[in-house]
Amino acid sequence: MKKLVTPLTESAVRDLKAGDAVAISGVIYTGRDAAHKKLLAMLANGEKLPADLKDQIIYFVGPCPAPPGRPIGSAGPTTSYRMDPYSPELIAKTGLRGMIGKGNRSKEVVEAMKKYGVVYFAATGGAGALIAQRIRKCDLIAFPELGPEAVYRLEVEDFPAVVAIDSDGGSLYDRK
Amino acid sequence: MKIIEFDKVVSTAEELCGRAACDLPPDVLKRIAECAEKETTPHGREFFRQYLENAAIAARERLPLCQDTGFAVWFVEYGTNIAFDKGDIYEALAEGTRRGYKRFYLRKSILKDPVFDRSNTFDNTPPVVHLRLVPGDKLKLVLAPKGGGSENMSGLKMLRPADGKEGVVKFIVDTVRNAGGNPCPPTVVGVGLGGTMEYCAYLAKKALLRPLGVRNADPRYAAFEEELLELLNSTGVGPQGLGGSVSCLDVHIEAHPCHLASLPVAVNLNCHAARHAEAVL
Repeated sequence: MKKLVTPLTESAVRDLKAGDAVAISGVIYTGRDAAHKKLLAMLANGEKLPADLKDQIIYFVGPCPAPPGRPIGSAGPTTSYRMDPYSPELIAKTGLRGMIGKGNRSKEVVEAMKKYGVVYFAATGGAGALIAQRIRKCDLIAFPELGPEAVYRLEVEDFPAVVAIDSDGGSLYDRK
Repeated sequence: MKIIEFDKVVSTAEELCGRAACDLPPDVLKRIAECAEKETTPHGREFFRQYLENAAIAARERLPLCQDTGFAVWFVEYGTNIAFDKGDIYEALAEGTRRGYKRFYLRKSILKDPVFDRSNTFDNTPPVVHLRLVPGDKLKLVLAPKGGGSENMSGLKMLRPADGKEGVVKFIVDTVRNAGGNPCPPTVVGVGLGGTMEYCAYLAKKALLRPLGVRNADPRYAAFEEELLELLNSTGVGPQGLGGSVSCLDVHIEAHPCHLASLPVAVNLNCHAARHAEAVL
């Protein structure tokens, strides 16, 4: 199990290989397709993003509301292919260093990951209650009108994930 | 005629929302524990360990098993000898869904319109209701919340009769293989065969309600389910699509007479957190 702390450096990311089990700590940001679309629109208009994504990780998640006394409700990964149309541009324009989701990515995303030194982690889909235990703090930072699809800033401790596609394009989804 | 209290239906539906989201049904829990023993890859075994730990945390802390608490899909058996004291079943289930998703802090995932207004209704309504009239004076409510990840990987095809069983097998295997890790495997595979296009899709969803480990009553289809399960597990998709020996928890088929020109097949995938809860009034 490799321990990672955000923000990540390019060399730390280049060292990660498909199949490595990791535990991530630090700040990560949430975002799904609707938020990705809005973030790219902001960049196109020359606006400042709600967070500096350089060397940071985006977690594809739409959490449940937080019950009283908790920072967040269930918070497992959503399917990543819906972000495929947006990820290459977001990586190129922001210096994003990592993504967490579930399921395979498009060729275009993998090419951008190789070019810019980005890693894609798979978290355990359908384990939202377990993952919520590793999230210490959750703050809404953009697009409240999107409800569960808004952008949140999360503080995580030992968030469990697996390197599914590494920055050389090595992938656990390639078989046979 | 038995009078059913509208308010009682609402409060029952409300409770079912919480139970379905947080309590993995015993048949699913048992099957996951069995499959954990069969999985051969280290990643796969770790995922199974997390599924079981997740189910324990969800039940204890009353947190949803999965953040995608889904579209509220209700299957209702409606006795022909009952009458509501006020309102109707559709209103009652909408109100129960609204209250349940709020009270149990479930995610509101329903948008107003698929194309022209993708803004949230913020109360997870409207639900989907499948109503079936049955003899008697009972009202049975089954809630099967359906997440988007597995629903998106489902499919339907109107095969040619000449495609036969072989064509059916190919469509099902291709659907599961192409879905990869997206629907949160190991999946439960609901298969509808026959009927018309829309009825075939309904059968596939209904097939997901059958408890895991219970085979189709028709021995031909029971054997077909076993055959498909073995075939699907040999695809190597594995837990979370990252490779492994367990890709599916089970395969359920529901068949129906069909038109002489047709061979409809529908596949509705469900994730490993195969949620459902029911109550009888």
